[in-house]
Formats: sequence, C-alpha cells, structure tokens
Amino acid sequence: MKDLLKSLRYTLLALVASLLVGAIIIVITDVDALKSGDFGKAFSTVFNAYKSLFQGSFWGVRSISNTIAGTTPLLLSGLAVSIAFKGGLFNIGATGQMLAGGMTSLWVGFAFDGPGWLQVPLAVAAGAIGGAIFGGIAGLLKARTGAHEVITTIMLNSIASFLVLWLLKTTLFQREGRPDPISKPISEASRLPRLFGFLDGRVDLVAHAGFIVALLATLFYWWLLKRTTVGFELRATGLNSDAAKYAGMKTKSLMVIAMLFAGGFAGMAGATEVLGTYGYASTSLAGNIGFDAIAVALLGQSSPIGTLVSALLFGALQAGGRSMQANTDVPVDLIIVLRALIVMFVAAPLLVKAMFRVKSQVVSQGQTFRGWGG
Amino acid sequence: MKLELRGITKRFPGVVANDDVNLSISTGEVLALVGENGAGKSTLMNVLYGLYKADEGEILIDDSVVRFTSPADAISAGIGMVHQHFMLVPVFTVAENVVLGIEPTKRFGALDIDKARQLVREVSDRYNLDLDPDAIVEDLPVGVRQRVEIVKVLMRDAKIVVFDEPTAVLTPSEIIEFFSIVRTLIASGKGVVFITHKLKEALTIADRINVLRRGKVAGAADPKTATEAQIAEMMVGRAVQLTVNKKPATPGDAVLNVQNLSVVDPDGRKVVDDISFVVHAGEIVGVAGVQGNGQTELVETLSGLRRLNSGQITLDGKDVTHSSPRDLHTSGMGHIPEDRQLQGLVTGMSITENLVLTRYHDGMFSDGVKMKWPKAKEIAKELVANYDIRTSDPEQLASTLSGGNQQKVIVARELSRDIRLVLAAQPTRGIDVGSIEYIHEQIVKERDSGTAVLIVSTELDEVMALSDRVLVMYRGKIVAELDPKKVSHMDVGLYMAGSRPTESAGAKS
Ligand SMILES: Nc1ncnc2c1ncn2[C@@H]1O[C@H](COP(=O)(O)OP(=O)(O)OP(=O)(O)O)[C@@H](O)[C@H]1O
Ligand SMILES: [Mg+2]
Repeated sequence: MKDLLKSLRYTLLALVASLLVGAIIIVITDVDALKSGDFGKAFSTVFNAYKSLFQGSFWGVRSISNTIAGTTPLLLSGLAVSIAFKGGLFNIGATGQMLAGGMTSLWVGFAFDGPGWLQVPLAVAAGAIGGAIFGGIAGLLKARTGAHEVITTIMLNSIASFLVLWLLKTTLFQREGRPDPISKPISEASRLPRLFGFLDGRVDLVAHAGFIVALLATLFYWWLLKRTTVGFELRATGLNSDAAKYAGMKTKSLMVIAMLFAGGFAGMAGATEVLGTYGYASTSLAGNIGFDAIAVALLGQSSPIGTLVSALLFGALQAGGRSMQANTDVPVDLIIVLRALIVMFVAAPLLVKAMFRVKSQVVSQGQTFRGWGG
Repeated sequence: MKLELRGITKRFPGVVANDDVNLSISTGEVLALVGENGAGKSTLMNVLYGLYKADEGEILIDDSVVRFTSPADAISAGIGMVHQHFMLVPVFTVAENVVLGIEPTKRFGALDIDKARQLVREVSDRYNLDLDPDAIVEDLPVGVRQRVEIVKVLMRDAKIVVFDEPTAVLTPSEIIEFFSIVRTLIASGKGVVFITHKLKEALTIADRINVLRRGKVAGAADPKTATEAQIAEMMVGRAVQLTVNKKPATPGDAVLNVQNLSVVDPDGRKVVDDISFVVHAGEIVGVAGVQGNGQTELVETLSGLRRLNSGQITLDGKDVTHSSPRDLHTSGMGHIPEDRQLQGLVTGMSITENLVLTRYHDGMFSDGVKMKWPKAKEIAKELVANYDIRTSDPEQLASTLSGGNQQKVIVARELSRDIRLVLAAQPTRGIDVGSIEYIHEQIVKERDSGTAVLIVSTELDEVMALSDRVLVMYRGKIVAELDPKKVSHMDVGLYMAGSRPTESAGAKS
C-alpha cells in the first residue's frame, strides 16, 4: 500500500512536470500563434491537445480499451526489465525475447487445432518458454564467460530480428500466396478472447484477455519477490552481490534464473501481441515495445506495483496520443517527448546509477553519506 | 571561531535520534563525542554538516544563527567532515580526487593538474601528511586514503573538522599517526570533533569529552581526571565490565585443522604462506597482526570465498578444502566478515531479512520454494531484543541502523546459528563498550559450549583479552604462537612488526 502511494506520487509529479514542459513545446512550435502574438490561441491549442489526449486515453469504453491494449505488452515486457534489474542485470533484450516468445506461441497457434480452453493457455505458455530460453542465453553467457548482458542482449535482439525475418519466409511459417514476410494466421480458437466481446458488434474495442495475463504475471512477480526463497536470493544478489556470495548464494545460477524469468515475461508479451492483437506475426511484431519497457521499469523502480502504474501511464499516453494527433494539429511525436521527459524527471539518476552499477543506498532523505556505517 | 548547536532535535520514523542537544566547539580544541550505538552521534554531525535538517533547534557560528540546507553551506561556513566511508574515486590520483568539485582550470576550462598537484603538496607539507599527489587512490592503504580525505577538507578551508569514527578502520600505528595529524591541526588553529568508541583514544587526544545517550546529552567528562570506567558508565547508564571475564579453556577435539595453507593473490604475491594451525572445540584462538599481513585472505579462504593454492582444511574431520560457503555454513561455520557493508549486510533489505541472510534456506525459514516470513520475523524479534539492536521496527531497512547496530545484526545472526566454528574478523568494530561486553560474553559462552572460535583482529587489546592462544601473522606466515597470559602487549607488538623480543617470555615457538 505504501509502495503504491509512493509510486503513484512520483509518477504523478513527473507527469505534471512533463505536461508543463510539453505545453511550452506546443506553444513554441505553434508558429502561427507566435507570429500573430496570439497567446489566447496558443493556450487553446495546448488545452485542446491535452483534452483530446485525456479523452483518448480514458473517456469512454473505446478509449479505455485502447489504453488497455497498449498497456498489455508494455506491462509484460516492463516486468522483463524489472525482474532483471532486481537481480542486478540490465536487460536491453526484451525485444528479442518478445520476438522469440511471439514465434513459439504463433507456431502453437496455427500448428495445432485444439479447443480454445486448451489452445490459449498452451500458446501463452509456449511464448513464455520461448522467451525464457532466449533470455536465458544472455544469462548463461554472463554466468559462464562474464560477457556483459547489455552487449549480449543487444546482439541477441539483432539475431532475433533476422531469425524472425528468415523464419517468416520459410514454408512452415509464411502465409500461402504472400511474397512478404507475413505468417499464417493462428486458428480462431487460439485467439485471446476480447475483453469487451460482450458488447456485440463493437469490433473497434481491441482490448483482449492478454491484459489479464499481464495482471496475473504482475501478481506472480510480486509473489516471487516477496514470498519465495528464489526471490529473496535475487533481491540480495541485485542489491549486494558480494554479500550474496558471502551468504552462500549461487550468484551465477541466479543470473541465469533472473534472465529466464525476464525472458519468460517478455515472451508472454510477444505471445499476447500475436494471440490477442494481431492474430499473426510480422517483422514489426515487437516494435519499440522492448525499449519502452526499459523506461517503464525505470519509472516503476522495478517494483511490481510501480511497473504496473507506469505501464498503464505509458499505455494511456499512447492511446491518447493517437486521438490527439487525429483531432488536433499536435503530432503524436509529442507523446515520445512527454515519455522521455517523464523518465528524465523520475529515473535519470537511477538510470545512471544502474548503468554504472554505483553501489549506494537510495538518495532519499539525504541518506547518502553514512559513515563506516555510522 | 566558535560553533554552537542549540536545542537540536531530529526525529526519524519511530525514533528521536537527537533530543534537544546542546553542544559547542571552538577552534583550538578537540572535542570527543562518545555514546552508545544509536545514541545519535552521526545524526548530530550530519545535521551540523547540512546533510539532515533538524526538526528543531539552531546552529550558531560566533553567536549568530546560521542555516545550512546542504553540505555546500556548511563547507563555506568553514565546517569539514571526514566520513568513515571515504568518498574517493578509486581510479583517480590523489591530486585528481582532492580537487574534484573545485578543479583549478586553465583557459577554456581545461583541468590544471599541475596546479592541483602543487596544492596537494603544499597542504600535505603544511600538515605533515606525507602524500604523493600522483599515487592512485585504490593502491593506497586505508590510513593514507583517510589522509586524502583530510586534505580534501583542508583545501576547502575548514576551520572545524568532524571525524566520524576515524580510527575504526585504522591499524594501531596508523592511529598514532592520525593523532599526530590531529595535533598539527589544532596547532594550526583548527577545531576537531572526534567520534569514537575507544574511550582510551578519547582520553588521550581530547580536551573535552561529551557523552550522548539515547539522543540526549548525558554529560561531559574531563579527560584529565575521568577514567574509562566512569565514561562507560555515563554512556550506558550502568557499570560496564571493561575486561573479559572467562574461565580457563578446556580444549576438546580439533575442529578446524589447517595444514600447509598457501594463497596467492591475483597479482601473484603469496599472501598466505604455508600456514598450519589447529583450533580445538572450546577454545578461542586469536590471530594478531598488522592489517595487510594476510589475515583478510586467510579468513576469506577459510570461509570458502577465496581459492587456495595448496594445503588442506578440515572441519570436524571432514575435508572442506574446496567447499563452497553454503557447504561450510551447513557444516556449522559462522562467519563475521571484516567489512560489514561490503559483505556482511544487504543494507537495502530489512533488518529481519539480514538477520536470516546466512540461513534463509534452512527448513526453519524456507520450505524450498516459499519463505516462512512469520518465523523469520519471530526470530528477528528475539535477536533484536537479546542483542539490544536499537531499532523501532525490524522491518525497516538495515541502512537506517546506526553503524554499531549494523554490526550487532551480523554478530547476532552468526552466533545464533547452530555452529561448530566461528570465524570472527574484527567482530566488535564500531561497537560501543556496553555491547562489546555483551558480544564478548556471547563469544565466551559459545566457547564454553564447545564451539571453536577463531578471532582475527587488529585490535590487540581485544585479541589478548579474548583469546586462549594467540597466533601472530607477519607477511603471510605465522611467526609466533603465544600465551596471552604470559606475554606483554609490547612483546606481541614486536612480533607483529616482524622482530623478536630478546627475552621470549611465554613464547612457545
Ligand atoms: N535515515 C534514517 N532513518 C531512520 N532512522 C535512522 C536514520 N538514521 C539514523 N536513524 C536512527 O537514529 C538513531 C541514531 O543513529 P546514529 O547513526 O546517529 O547513531 P550513532 O550514535 O552514530 O551510532 P553508532 O555509534 O552505532 O554509529 C538510531 O536509532 C538510528 O537507527
Ligand atoms: Mg555513527
């Protein structure tokens, strides 16, 4: 509960601050208004832009559905980055892990012909396993050879992209009669059910049950960290690996475990995109999600609740941004700026720390300088 | 300059760390600040240094009120602080570290490193610090690093310098050097605040001694007339046993048997050189030696954290030469590591979690998948009470504990396990006299119940008081085995320095 309030407060403050900066950007790029010196008009541009941003993310079933659909992969891949962070690893490879998981779930989705109650869980699980294996490679490389996970996960991203490109051209995956890399569609039974399927005929409500998968995954992540022995070991290793070694933890195996879980989460993100959003796979399956996930995890400080809150925020911005673009002159690119600003306001110091592995306590309350413990 | 703290109150969730504290310090004097672990000494100094904002009270310089919102304010008002955990960049040179933040620059903002070097040399000469501006900090011993910190403070024109437990990590000879630096500082018109748990040091160097207790000023003592016992009583509120009370040991079977152990460090130096010794059940063996003579490596090897090059180690007759830390833990080894924040604790975890850090996998706390937190919390509560760990709530982060209380967490955890052997490196570093008494009692109790104890400490007094046998390490070898009841401190000191007393009273080898 305390965590929730704290992360809500941080996120809210960052949001307000970046909306203010965003407003300035809208005004100074509104050339017409500036030329005529009409600040009333500039103000109304800002007001309208933010109004449709808000309406596009929360106002009405359709907006909420869009927000949920955007949040789903962000949350799952955000968890992939978060759990690696908790174990002291910087996972840049959510993209590759998503692609891997997407492809395995895709295969289950079109190759088998079972009933929905079997196909859907099986395909999601296949995605988790595919992603986990792919993530595990980076963990294993680090544990065995010391190869830095930032480098290996970036390279594995490229490997995954080209692997997918190649796979989508094979007869096993490629849709018949198509020259471009597009996969066969999954069977109808394998599709994740629509959340608003009960509202007849509303095909525009794209939110699917992948969101429930993501929420369950978040719950699992919380349980793993707080309640399990392995979670305890992961946290200890991430916070102080020397102490973890001293305590007899197998820090190398834990690296692999952290990356297996990370890949599993990202793999499910790929799976829900394939099984829920698209129904097939293409090369743009992962998009930018794997990288946005880093921002989500940083903003959420890798906590389960924080990751959930920031994924929701980014999902909402994405949904709102599209409606803003459609309804006003402000381009959707502003959303990218806003997201970058939010992350900067909240997490830049954390990012710097994580990258340089600075071992220090959280800076809150001027807690930095404690003597030799004193 | 006269600095005064008036009515300072600082609260943390659940505790009043400073409660209406008054204190003054002038240039030209050394004020020693002593008090139990968690009495609020560090907090008070952090308030003075602008790191914490006091909830109540004010700071006066030469009778006018000043307000510090950050260390920068305190520094410009002439206050300097040397923290125990040094704030140095290991890969930089001394000169680069010293000018960090106040870099002298040439045109276009280029760093004027020659100027920096010269500045370091000047300050170092003026106060007899003997520093090489071009040395890389990570190559320097702790005592020298501390002098780098001192130069940093002096370069920023500090008039009052605060030292928070500066001697806790220093070797006895470094402590003597440190005192002569303090005297030089005083002679050149600075004032010094000196926090310590070693009352002898306070009596040696201080002009005045102030005692804090549970956040309040408990009184002042005059170093010319006061005794250690009096100050200890003022700190703790009861008479403290300053010597160790123990019966003669009744050694049983060999528990730890080390044969021809050699360890070579990554640079190829032989840090532990063909060592053999035995620790029996029911005895305390102390390893004395000047820091850096292989004790650290010896303990790390025995605890499974470092690879050995040759030799054999057995625990209760079982070969554990290549065992992992986990195997050693389950075979009954307890280990109090030398550096509490580096190894002994995960400060970002709760006190409870730290109290089970080395036995969380035990069936009592884990069923293999899930942790049994209620059980862990129950044990934590017990340990917090028994070891007098000062906290309002064991679910708080270990980083909120005062330094000495962090140490108590480690000692409590390691001694409360089911153990056959304890490796204790600097077990009472940073701990107040009252708690030292308790910890020593616990160690003796462990011994009497048949545990083998190996104490490694640079604190000669502690080794001599606690041990039944003393081994002296010098340059990776054991150069003497002594009976602490029969040798003088002086003689042990000579062995530690690599020479041999002429009349080898009490020496067995
Ligand atoms: N950031 C913090 N949050 C909560 N409690 C704190 C914090 N810092 C200190 N405390 C509490 O304030 C009290 C005083 O701590 P302080 O570090 O000043 O003690 P100390 O006198 O320096 O002890 P030691 O001799 O062990 O170093 C302790 O009870 C400690 O737990
Ligand atoms: Mg302290």
